[in-house]
Amino acid sequence: MKTIVSHNRYQRQIQLKEIGQEGQDKIAQAKVLVIGAGGLGCPALQYLAAAGVGKIGVVDFDVVEMSNLQRQVLYAVDDIGQSKAIMASKKLNLLNPEITIDIYNLQITNENALEILENYDIIIDGSDNFATRYLINDACVLLNKPLIYGAVLRFEGQIGIFNLADKITNIKTNYRDLFPKPPSLDSAISCNDVGVFGVIPGIIGTMQATEALKIITGVGKPLANKIISYNALENSFYDFEIIANANQSFDFPKSKAAFLDYNYQCFCNSNSVNESLSVEEFDSLRKQEKITIIDVREKGELPVVDGFTFILIPLSEFENRVLTISTQNRIVVFCKSGQRSAKAVKILKEKFPNCSAYSLAGGIDEWKIKNLKNR
Amino acid sequence: MDINLLAFGIIAEITGKSAWKMAGIKDTNELINNLETQFPALSTTSFSIAVNRKVIQDNIIFNENDTIALLPPFSGG
Repeated sequence: MKTIVSHNRYQRQIQLKEIGQEGQDKIAQAKVLVIGAGGLGCPALQYLAAAGVGKIGVVDFDVVEMSNLQRQVLYAVDDIGQSKAIMASKKLNLLNPEITIDIYNLQITNENALEILENYDIIIDGSDNFATRYLINDACVLLNKPLIYGAVLRFEGQIGIFNLADKITNIKTNYRDLFPKPPSLDSAISCNDVGVFGVIPGIIGTMQATEALKIITGVGKPLANKIISYNALENSFYDFEIIANANQSFDFPKSKAAFLDYNYQCFCNSNSVNESLSVEEFDSLRKQEKITIIDVREKGELPVVDGFTFILIPLSEFENRVLTISTQNRIVVFCKSGQRSAKAVKILKEKFPNCSAYSLAGGIDEWKIKNLKNR
Repeated sequence: MDINLLAFGIIAEITGKSAWKMAGIKDTNELINNLETQFPALSTTSFSIAVNRKVIQDNIIFNENDTIALLPPFSGG
């Protein structure tokens, strides 16, 4: 009975002579991990589940916020405050109960990455920061897994496949061949800072699912060793061919042990002159002395912080209000992930060159994770 | 000798244009110096360079009508 049901469910793609029952069987046996159930992850997950990918892993430690709904199309108003990994898996189960969904309600780190990635054939990167992108890339190189990369900003998106050998030349390239060095914090802008047109991650995430299904079924030519840049305003696509960079081995962790020791936060902040504090340093500092803590997130952003007192000066108002800040005590600035707070520290140091100001590395998300663990 | 420039993302915002022509530029090093002088914000912005769609890391001498694309990394997801 189940076979008949399945056959009906997948009839339209089995009808494609390039896929057929053989291709559908390959899809049913495939294991795909989607890291980040956000703007890119939601559409990628929906199409992979709909197509019948047998095992799908969903990694996300975040909760649904109102500001996500404009582009993260798996979620509804009722889901606000709930875990994205859990809510996404519930929605995907309703869409296709015939497949297995693995839930990873956690942040991907050096310690857990290899163990998790090992269980899947294809990895989809839908993360939202450079440290995680380099971490996923390196893990995929070490484990020899194809990585379908996607990234978005404003009206533009990028998609490409790393670590998949070209069928003819057998050449493989990765993220470090394209961008050997992470950008400085000043130029590392994210959707939180500058916004994103909601359909962009929809388009790029759907293209990531497309490439995954092409690799699984062997249909067509996967986007290996290439990256496409899409611009919605011009409705234009431009493709780049990535060449293996002989000089890149310098920074790359060459063994699993080196990978475990690699500090991705530090690697991605190393071009910055800003000073930052780890969660542990911050917690011990605020217990030792009276410090001024400033939240530079916009009004109403989650999570709500209740472990200490702070003042709220959204980054958008920071320059105008910076002179009202007392620099008598040491200052620690935080935001969601540590990028905006680093900018705020820069502004503070411009106005008060001698002030003692720090940015909370990893932001309040990192603080919450560490403090939940220790509770 | 003319070359064609294409800029993406933040690079297009800094330069204020996404496609234009430049003359008298011999290689990628000279191009970067020239662009950073014109647009100082580029010196603190990271981007990759592709010559005729191929991403390059080392200095490349240009030929007439080459297309040079400037692609910054994005992190949004």
